[in-house]
Parts: sequence; structure tokens; C-alpha cells
Amino acid sequence: MLIVISMVTFGIFFVVPQWAGSTPEALASRYVGRAATPETVHLVAERLGFNDPIVVQYGRFLKGIFVGAEYDYGAGVEQCPAPCLGYSFISGQPVWPDLLDRMPVTFSLAIGAALLWVVFGVSVGVLSALRRGSFFDRLSMGTALAGVSLPIFFTGMVSLVVFSYGLGWTPPGGAWTDLTENPAQWAYNLLLPWITLAFLFAATYARLTRAGMLETMGEDYIRTARAKGLREREVVVKHGLRAALTPILTLFGIDFGLLIGGAILTETTYTLPGLGQFAILAIRNQDLPQVMGVVLFAAGFVVVASFVVDLLYAVVDPRVRLS
Amino acid sequence: MSFLDVKDLRIHFPTDDGLVRAVDGLTFSLERGQTLGIVGESGSGKSVTSLGILGLHKGGRAKISGEIWLDGEELVGASAEAVRGLRGKKMAMIFQDPLSSMHPYYTVGHQIIEAYRIHHDVSKQVARKHAVDLLGRVGIPEPAKRVDSYPHEFSGGMRQRAMIAMALSCDPELLIADEPTTALDVTVQAQILDLMRDLQREFNSALIVITHDLGVVAELSDDILVMYGGKCIEYGKADDIFYQPEHPYTWGLLSSMPRLDRERTERLLPIKGSPPSLINVPPGCAFHPRCPYADRTDGRSSTEVPDLAPTERGHLVRCHMGRTERRTLWETEIKPVLETQ
Amino acid sequence: MSENEPLLSVQNLEKHFPVTKGLLKREVGAVKAVDGISFDVFKGETLGLVGESGCGKSTTGRLVTRLLEPTGGKVVFEGRDITHMGQGKLRPLRRDMQMIFQDPYSSLNPRHTVGAIVGAPFRIQGVKTENGTKKAVQDILEMVGLNPEHYNRYPHEFSGGQRQRIGIARTLALKPKLIIADEPVSALDVSIQAQVVNLLEDLQNELDLTYVVIAHDLSVVRHISDRVAVMYLGKIVEIADRKRLYTAPMHPYTNALLSAVPVPDPKARRDRDRIRLTGDVPSPLNPPPACRFHTRCWKAQEICKTVEPPLEELAGGHRVACHFPENAPVAATAEDATKA
Ligand SMILES: Nc1ncnc2c1ncn2[C@@H]1O[C@H](COP(=O)(O)OP(=O)(O)OP(=O)(O)O)[C@@H](O)[C@H]1O
Ligand SMILES: Nc1ncnc2c1ncn2[C@@H]1O[C@H](COP(=O)(O)OP(=O)(O)OP(=O)(O)O)[C@@H](O)[C@H]1O
Ligand code: SF4
Ligand code: SF4
Ligand SMILES: [Mg+2]
Ligand SMILES: [Mg+2]
Repeated sequence: MLIVISMVTFGIFFVVPQWAGSTPEALASRYVGRAATPETVHLVAERLGFNDPIVVQYGRFLKGIFVGAEYDYGAGVEQCPAPCLGYSFISGQPVWPDLLDRMPVTFSLAIGAALLWVVFGVSVGVLSALRRGSFFDRLSMGTALAGVSLPIFFTGMVSLVVFSYGLGWTPPGGAWTDLTENPAQWAYNLLLPWITLAFLFAATYARLTRAGMLETMGEDYIRTARAKGLREREVVVKHGLRAALTPILTLFGIDFGLLIGGAILTETTYTLPGLGQFAILAIRNQDLPQVMGVVLFAAGFVVVASFVVDLLYAVVDPRVRLS
Repeated sequence: MSFLDVKDLRIHFPTDDGLVRAVDGLTFSLERGQTLGIVGESGSGKSVTSLGILGLHKGGRAKISGEIWLDGEELVGASAEAVRGLRGKKMAMIFQDPLSSMHPYYTVGHQIIEAYRIHHDVSKQVARKHAVDLLGRVGIPEPAKRVDSYPHEFSGGMRQRAMIAMALSCDPELLIADEPTTALDVTVQAQILDLMRDLQREFNSALIVITHDLGVVAELSDDILVMYGGKCIEYGKADDIFYQPEHPYTWGLLSSMPRLDRERTERLLPIKGSPPSLINVPPGCAFHPRCPYADRTDGRSSTEVPDLAPTERGHLVRCHMGRTERRTLWETEIKPVLETQ
Repeated sequence: MSENEPLLSVQNLEKHFPVTKGLLKREVGAVKAVDGISFDVFKGETLGLVGESGCGKSTTGRLVTRLLEPTGGKVVFEGRDITHMGQGKLRPLRRDMQMIFQDPYSSLNPRHTVGAIVGAPFRIQGVKTENGTKKAVQDILEMVGLNPEHYNRYPHEFSGGQRQRIGIARTLALKPKLIIADEPVSALDVSIQAQVVNLLEDLQNELDLTYVVIAHDLSVVRHISDRVAVMYLGKIVEIADRKRLYTAPMHPYTNALLSAVPVPDPKARRDRDRIRLTGDVPSPLNPPPACRFHTRCWKAQEICKTVEPPLEELAGGHRVACHFPENAPVAATAEDATKA
């Protein structure tokens, strides 16, 4: 899976430009700066191996990721330890440490929001299902529909205007404190982004949970649980929710993996120094190695998340374990 | 008063298409150690009756009226919490499809332990031991090992045994089995019927068996109640129902079945038409559109609901025809045909 | 029984469904759903096929009608080997061989009218009828006891029994010679079952049909069949004419099956001496070796576990696969003659 992703990314960023008429020199020129003479560019292209067959280049690229790489610019050999995603065109810094730097921000955002949306989405979904047709059900499903259909920068902007600039309850965008420094401040700064991001997902989860609960609560085994004399709350939680959550778990894995995508918009809106913002900047600057780094990282994250979900799934549903 | 006394039970469901009178004025009683068989075709209200006794008929806007007395306690007017406390302990149920009736994510043992611990304040270890005992009692080999299996790892017959073990976990005094063997193969069905008979003797519980199979009721029941269109149309001792039935519908049921214990007939004698929808129950006697004798009652069959009245032998029949006329019909027309089968 | 050529002849028919595992679909075994069965069906007769769930009855039906591709053996219809005949050549044969399915609810397309459903075979096979398809369809509807005016109604407007009649009407459209009915009445209410059983019998007499009726209900099978084959785990263990099979069954499994049927007679239960099998049918993925019934058979000996008993003719037309059959043939024949 990861191999496929790395091939595709490699293809998009290295192979396609070459097919599209980009010469090795044009590629190399990005590494040496604008003022270089054609001779140096040619030399660098040669050294960086842009003239080699694609397979060899790909092999070198993979090797960089797993064992590190050495770049010889002619002006000295540069060590790039694994995982080597190359160097930024702009700053000349290796990409990986930069990514690492920004990870805590994105993870803070993602984990907090995920917690919020799972708790809220699922409980609203369950309550809606149990009180189908009630005022609560209609209100929450109406809100959920809005949540699903409103774009995140819209809800983000509105909430910023209302809560930060208007009411002054939350800090304006751009505030970031490390968790280790001051946990309270950390949470306070992230509150609004969490809620905004969670709102979008919670809406989907509420709708899904509601549908799932409506289905499972009609199952024969729910009737059996009641016939045993189990209290209704336990029937709902231990028997109904347990089964209804399985599909939600799958979705959660995928969503959490894809969260980087959601984070881009949120981080941009609230100007948080996370991976999303990093990606936007990288794209804006046409900083190829950085863009590739983020993409590979995000893709890897999706794969790992869905792998974890598969494992969890087997824990949750014993029927999966057999086959 | 009997151990279980059901009086004029009505369970109606308002739906978009109209009022479904799933159970419409049902009265019966049952003692400990006795078995009541409820027979009837699909949609006659058998399952709703049993769910109603357990207080599980809910399904939104169900309307229930009448009385259900279980061991001196009235259940229809009782609080939901009071009825819940009786479920599983005083009264338990076995369902038709053991696979869908057990939670797929929990082990069989877990589900039995759960049932036991709802009503008994014991540790998990004690409950587990009890579960293993029960599984052994219902004939599951190596119960100590199988207690940790999931329902899908059991065969159909073993699942139904596990369901029975679960229902019996708190020694219920009333056990209701809704089509307990319909989903099983004949050889396994025979095993389960034997098991239920033995266990009932052992536990001395009152048993209600619901089925559409006259063979199954004959195997188990002391009393039989025949339902049609949400109403009881004939109710009495098993022998009366099988050897001296007086309702045309019961006659129809008996003569439309091919029977292995008789010589083969050239032709089966079906009942014409099909069972009524409970939204549009025919006026008068619900059976009249299908009854070959409806024209013998001066038109009352299609206008007036007949009462459930005792026959000469003392069992109850709901039909406008006179007692003597019915007996004569049975003796001269129906019985001879059935006997030659 | 007729001495002439059988209408349908099945020889050593086999269907193994591969069981695969993992991404690469590695074959790890096979479900031996049907494992070498042979039988003949003669014109005008009804052969009943009984057995417990999963023994391969439906698979046999699908193999014979070529809805499934056999993995071994031969299917001969009217003297022609159709085992591996291509779909093109098979098409005209489909007119002669039809199948009725168990579930009258799901086997009819809810969006098509009764007329369209029953008339479909005409259109598919491109058959021209004298007075138009509509007239032909209405005639068939009448034949199966439905009102011809129901032509434009939809399946959901009918009861289960009526839907099964529609299903039967559809198979009759092209005047087939052989009908394979897979559990035709098991989804129906008792009082309706009899209607459909009678209808099948009437149609057989009227149209000179030949039936293979698949069912798990032994009393229905006895009522409707002339000959009966008993299956266990993909094998035929006993095949005989009706009277023989029901009065003097030879295979222990047949005896157990018959003994297990609950009898609608409260007095009989008190004094009936019954054979009780223990356990369930083993999985067809790993059937027991030699005699497949030996794990549940009370007569099993060492030889049953090592040598597979062949399906042998022990009395006139009565074939059994058992080393120690019940109802010794000589006695059985004599008893049978007096009972008839
Ligand atoms: N919650 C409900 N709302 C509306 N109608 C219902 C509800 N539950 C049951 N019914 C209707 O009540 C009638 C009786 O149903 P019931 O399940 O008791 O039949 P049954 O005799 O058990 O039939 P079967 O043999 O098919 O199980 C049916 O017509 C059914 O559609
Ligand atoms: N397409 C398939 N792939 C794999 N296994 C199959 C397939 N179809 C049937 N089987 C298996 O083959 C065996 C025989 O199935 P079949 O449907 O013929 O049984 P049956 O005798 O008709 O049973 P029933 O009475 O339950 O209808 C079963 O174990 C079944 O699981
Ligand atoms: S009341 Fe009339 S219609 Fe009903 S069973 Fe009696 S004779 Fe038949
Ligand atoms: S061969 Fe042996 S095991 Fe098989 S049925 Fe006959 S006696 Fe039983
Ligand atoms: Mg029911
Ligand atoms: Mg089948």
C-alpha cells in the first residue's frame, strides 16, 4: 500500500514533469538557485542523477526514505539521514525535521477534535435514534444537516468573528502553546478550532450513528436482551451501541487519517502553525520536496490509521477473526 | 386462580394503514408443570401474544388492555420496571431464530452469565460456573470449552440449546417458546423437543409453545389454543382438539396436512382462500370467507362475531353453528375422511 | 415404472465449491456440496429429493438446470449430454426445463406486472403465440387458479400462496417437459401448502409434466412423489419408490429421519419408540470419510469408517448405500406386498 503511494507521488513529482517536457536541467536548476550558470546546472543534474533511468531514480528515492541519502552538489557532500525526503528549495533545510516540528500542532488539533466529535456525534445520534421523531431528533438532525453541508472556512470564520473578535471568549487565530509548557493555555487556544473541526465530523457521525442505532435496535438480539430483564440503558449501550459502532469505527479510521486534509482548512483559517499550513505554504512556494514530504506523510498516516482500524475491527467483531 | 391467567388481552397497533388488531380478546390460563400450545397461521397474532405477556410488544404506539395475572401479580397495569424485574427471572423466552437472537459480538458464555447476573448478585466466576453447568445440562459437549465460543461458531442445534440454557439460567417459572424448532432440521428438532420436555419436567415450569406445526404441538402440549385473525377460535385439552375438534378452521387445518402416520391420500383437502390481513379482518366470524359451512348460520357468520362457547365436552369453540350440528358434521363428514388418511 | 429411456439421467454428478483464503485466493479446500450422485427421472413421474439443510438438494437442482456448472459427472436430458453445453445451444433447452423457487416473495420482480412476469419467457425465447401473448398469459393464469383479470397487478398485491401460483404460471408458459421445484411450499402456510400441492398434481396430469421436487418436509414429499431419493452430505444414501421408502426404509439415516418427524397425534407420542440421532450434520467442507453417516449412526462398525458403502440395488428399484441396512430385503419385499 505504502509502496503504491510512494510510486504515485514519485510519479507525479518527478516523472510527469519530465514527460511534460521538463528537462533534467530544469529540475536541477531548482536545486542550485537562480543565478547558476548552465554548466553548473548540468553538472548538478548529472550528480543528482536526473539523467538516470526512472527505475534507478525511484530506487534512490526509496533508499533515501529508508536508509538516508547523500547529496553531492559538487560543493561538498551533504548527509541526509533517514527518513530523507529531500531538501526544501526555499530554505535549503531537510524536509523531515520541519515536518516533525509541526506535527504536534496538527496532532493536538486532530486528537482533540476527534474526541469531541466522536463523543458528541455518537451521543446525539444515539439519543436521536431512541427518541425518533421527537423535537430533539428533528433539531439535532437539522443541525447535523447544516454541519455536513457548511464548508469549514465558513463556520470557522463565523465562529472567529463571533467568539473571538465579538465576544472575546476565545483567543484570535494564530495562538499556539505547547502542551508541555502550559496545558490549560494549550487547550484554551485550540478550543475554537477543535469545535469547528469537530462540528463538521460530528454531524456526519450523528447521522450515521442514528441510522445504525435504528437498525440494530430492531434486531432480534435486542429483543433477547430485553427478554432477559436487562435494564434499557444497558440494552442500548451494551447490545445496541456495541453493534452500531462497528461501521463508525471503520469510518473513524479513514477520517482520522484524512484529517490532515480537514486540518489544512482549519489551520489556515485559524493560522495555526501545523502541517496543514506547512502544506499550503509549500504549495504556494512550489517547494517540491516539501509538498512531497507532506503528501507522503499524510498518505502514510492514512494507511497506518486504516491498518489500526482493521486490527480493532477484529477485536470488536469476532466474526471477522475467523476468516 | 391459576399460575398464569390471561383475561381478555387486546394488543392493537395503530398504523398508517389502519388499526392492526394483532391480539383481540384472548383469554387462557396455565398451571405450573403444564404446557399450552398456541397454533395458528402466519400473522394470526401468536408472537404478539407472547411478547405482550413479557411486556415486550412496545413497538411505538401499541395499545394493550385486559389482564395478565402471573402468580398473583397483574402485569398489564404494572410499571415497566416491575415487569422488567420479572423478565428473565420469573418468565423467560426462547426465540425462533437462534442465530439472529444472540448477540454476534459476545460469547455464548458471556450472554448466559449476563442473564444470570441481572437477577443474582454473584461474582463472574460463580456465574460462569453456572453457565457451564447449564450448557452441560442442555446437552452441549465439552461445556467448559464451548462456553467461550461465539454464537457463529455453533451449529444451529447447538445455538438453540444455548438459547434454552440462557432462558433457563434463572429457573423461570413461565417459559415461552416462540417457534423454537422452526429453523432447525427434523433430526435436530426432535432432539430439542425431547430436551424441552425433559427440562420442563425437571423444572416444573409452565410452558407456552407457539408454532404453526400441529405435529410439534401434539408432541408437547397438554392444552391447545387455536388462533385465527387475532382471536382464539378453539381452546381445550390436546385430545379434544385432535380427536374431537368442533371448529371448521381446525378441521381445515387437520385435513390440509399430509400425514406420515396415516395412509397416503390421493388428494389433500386445502382450505380455500388465504388468511385475513389483521387490518381488514372480515366482519362477523373472521373465517367466514373461507368456511364451507358459513351458509348454515342464517347469515350470522358474516355479520355477528360468534362467542367462545363451551361444547358438550367442555372445551371452547367460537362458531355460530349449533353444538349438535357441529358434532354431527364432525362424526359423519370430517372424521371419516381424516381417519382414512 | 416405464421401461423406456429416462427423460433426465444424472450420472456421478459432482459440484465442489472451492474455498479460498487470503488476497491471492489460494485454494484451501472445497465444499463438496454434491459429491457423485446418480439418478434417473422418467417421463410423467415425480422424483422427490429430501435431506437436511445443506446436504446439496438445491445445488443438485441448479446443476441439472445448468444454472451451475458441474465440476464432474454428466447430465443427460432426452438422451443428449447437456453437461457442458454452451449457453447458446442451451437456450432452446431452457424451454423444456424450468425451475420453481422457494421464496414466493423474492423470486418475483416487484416492479413488473403479473402479465409481464408470466409473459417474459415468451419474449425471451421469441415465441409467437396464436392470439397474442396476453391471451396466452391469461390462459395460464386461469390454469393455475388466478383470475385472468389480475394481468395488470403487481406481486405485492398478492398473498404468499397466490405469488407461488404466479411463479408456477411463469414456469408453465413455455410448456416445459421437466420442472424442478425447489421447496415449492415450505414458505407457505399449512392451509395454503395443500392448495399448491394439489395444483402441482393437477398440472402434472393435465400437461403430462415430469417433476423433481426438492423439499425437507418428509410428509409433503411422500404425498407428491412417486419415487424418493434421500441425500446426506452431498450423497444419495437411499433411493426407492415411495411406498418402499416410507414403509420399509433400509438406510439407518432414512429411518432416523422418518422417526424424527413430529406426529400430529397426542396419543402416539406417548407410546412411540423413536430413534434419536445425536449431534448435527457435519460440515460438507470436511465430511467424514467412508460412510459419511458413521459419526451419527448407531449401527456403525469399523468397516463404516474405512470402506465407503456403494449405492446398491437390494430390492426391486430400491438402492441403498449402507453396509448394514435395516429391513432385510427379503422381509421387506414380502411385507411390502401385503401392505400395499
Ligand atoms: N409493532 C407492530 N406494529 C404494527 N403491526 C404489528 C406489529 N407487530 C406485529 N404486528 C402485526 O400483528 C400481526 C400479528 O403478528 P404476529 O407476529 O403475532 O404473527 P404470528 O402469528 O406470530 O405469525 P408468524 O407465524 O408469521 O410468526 C401481524 O399482522 C403483524 O403484521
Ligand atoms: N455458491 C456456493 N459457494 C460455496 N458453497 C456453496 C455455494 N452454494 C452452496 N454451497 C454449499 O453447498 C452445500 C449445499 O448447499 P445447498 O444449497 O445445495 O443445500 P440444500 O440441501 O439445498 O440445503 P437447504 O435445505 O438449506 O436449502 C452447503 O454447505 C452450502 O453452504
Ligand atoms: S361462525 Fe360460521 S363462518 Fe365461522 S366457523 Fe362457524 S360456520 Fe364457519
Ligand atoms: S454404512 Fe455403517 S455407518 Fe453408514 S449407515 Fe450403514 S451402518 Fe451406519
Ligand atoms: Mg411469530
Ligand atoms: Mg436449498
